Amino acid sequence: MSHTTTEITLVEAVNQALAYAMQQDPDVIVLGEDVGTNGGVFRATAGLLDKFGADRVLDTPLAESMIAGASIGMAAQGLKPVCELQFMGFVLPAIDQLLSHAIRMRNRTRGRIGCPLVVRTPFGGGIRAPEHHAESFESLFAHSPGCKVVVASTPARAYGLLLAAIRDPDPVIFMEPMRVYRLVKQAVPDDGIALPLGRAFVLREGADVTLISWGASIQETLQTADELAKQGISAEVIDVASIKPLDTETLLRSVQKTGRCVIVHEAPRTCGFGAEIAAIISEQAIYSLVAPVQRVTGYDVQIPYFQLEKAYIPSVARILAAAKQTLELV
Amino acid sequence: MTEFDSSSRFSGKADKQYAFVIPHYQYLDKEGKPTQSLPNFAQDKAEMLRIYRALQWIRHFDQKAINLQRTGKMGTYPSVLGQEAISVGIGHAMQKDDVLVPYYRDIGAQYLRGLPMENILRYWGGDERGMAFAGLSESEDFPLSVPIASQCLHAVGIAKAFQYRKQKRAVVVTIGDGGTSQGDFYEALNLAGTWQAPVVFVINNNRWAISVPLSLQTHCQTLAQKGVAAGIPGIQVDGNDVVAVKQLMQEALHQAREGQGPVLIEALSYRLGDHTTADDASRYRPAGELEQAWIEEPVKRVQSYLSHQQWWDDNQEQALQAQIQEEVTAIVDSYLTTAAQSASAMFDHLYATLPDDLKIQREQALRFEGVSL
Repeated sequence: MSHTTTEITLVEAVNQALAYAMQQDPDVIVLGEDVGTNGGVFRATAGLLDKFGADRVLDTPLAESMIAGASIGMAAQGLKPVCELQFMGFVLPAIDQLLSHAIRMRNRTRGRIGCPLVVRTPFGGGIRAPEHHAESFESLFAHSPGCKVVVASTPARAYGLLLAAIRDPDPVIFMEPMRVYRLVKQAVPDDGIALPLGRAFVLREGADVTLISWGASIQETLQTADELAKQGISAEVIDVASIKPLDTETLLRSVQKTGRCVIVHEAPRTCGFGAEIAAIISEQAIYSLVAPVQRVTGYDVQIPYFQLEKAYIPSVARILAAAKQTLELV
Repeated sequence: MTEFDSSSRFSGKADKQYAFVIPHYQYLDKEGKPTQSLPNFAQDKAEMLRIYRALQWIRHFDQKAINLQRTGKMGTYPSVLGQEAISVGIGHAMQKDDVLVPYYRDIGAQYLRGLPMENILRYWGGDERGMAFAGLSESEDFPLSVPIASQCLHAVGIAKAFQYRKQKRAVVVTIGDGGTSQGDFYEALNLAGTWQAPVVFVINNNRWAISVPLSLQTHCQTLAQKGVAAGIPGIQVDGNDVVAVKQLMQEALHQAREGQGPVLIEALSYRLGDHTTADDASRYRPAGELEQAWIEEPVKRVQSYLSHQQWWDDNQEQALQAQIQEEVTAIVDSYLTTAAQSASAMFDHLYATLPDDLKIQREQALRFEGVSL
């Protein structure tokens, strides 16, 4: 593999990881709606059909339950299906297959049959997409035993985490923030090196407050840290990256250091994954806290049509206000 | 044979594109008399005795399973009474390296595929180890599926893997009549047609989905015709005729393995029992229907056929029953003496490698295991 130094986008990094995995392992099969000739609606699978042929890059009929269900059968036979569900809003028809079968197969057969599939799905708002194209359902899967849930937020992490997801022997829900698909560029060597699942990434070290986020909200969270820095406040920023399993150690270590925590995510607030993190902090680090944990999340509404999506998605101003609140209390 | 050809503007006689025929196959009538020239295997005494033994075996085992539930030694159980020929016909037609994706009334096929049957009792006895297939753990057969029709898609995926690896193998997936109302069933037919996947879909049309009769399930005159829209051949067989089921299954499986695409088989039977041990069919089943259905039942007709052929007498019948009873009793004993699982078992197979947070929960479960209060 050539070690490229060209900077690439997140969606290109996804493509690069898929191509690497397919090159390396003939059992890796890509399937989904429009993934073949069209290369995916976001071009995440562009060029794979030409490179690997129609036996391995399958343009499927338009039915999400079907894509997930057929992937389960393929995975049971030892193939590594990487299916694309075009937008996370359309994961819902596949939920029965994923939650009733994919995540249960290993357990209910006492390990006789595994289900090493990957569901790739673009998620989140912010690209002026139509209704049902902007959902964030990480909590739904986090609540469901037997799968892993991974959220990419940069090109390099998308590449390394997707390789890890494909090599993992259990079902992995791999969430790609479509707002970031072409927002940032990074040099991502095509070295086939996977990043570990179950580990959070400290993006910026700080001493005064811990800002925890994942997915597209990492952008606003980092900008908030910049704003805080201008005011002489040192914020630590953590990309959770792996919702399930969760790297509680990294989160707790940071909160124990700073004593303050703000959790930022785009999904609605109630039972959002931020609630789980806040609960873990209260169970295991409450005596380190000098201020109550704050959450900056989507509101408990359906994500609005795109004219109002900016009012819904956590903004720098909202994160800043929450951070200030933790700082002002002491 | 059901012909479709009517005169309205929407499916008019002039419009032959909507005309199709669903063939119906039977070899042995309800008295066990051949209705047409029999396939070779049905003229083979040893083979027919094996089939008859399997039918009787399943009927006996089924009754034993119901008794275990009734005496509090097992959980809810769905009886296969009256539907033995479908499952036995499937099991006898499949090759070892085919894959079975069963719904929950297919113990006949599972038995014939070599599954030690204490696994079935363990499963309905609330123990996941039943689907580990102890004694047959190398099997690629799927665990039975409870969510209705979802298994049809798994079958197509497995078949796709066979296609991809250029293996001459086929998948059999089974489903009840109620299941054909589910989206996953249609999606699976459509995908199997599109991919020309080596799958044989078998509908066990036992006329009842718990309390809902077929007339409230669909306006289709046959369930087999649901294959037509997917471009898949659909046929009906007499599901009480094990010869017809086995023969048509063999043909369909051969076609599938040879790369000639999927087949949909609707096997017509009748659910002589309740939906499960938690159900009471007398609350909804019309008077007289059950008595009529018993005349058609599948085991008796093979026995009659064997008798007509002078292959079977009362002494042999008694010897067989005694033998089966002994075998089933041994299986029940094995089930009842299965060592209990530790609470750890909830966690042990959740992932290939258990994440750390779950190790903590597992320790907790073990700490409180067996503590009263």
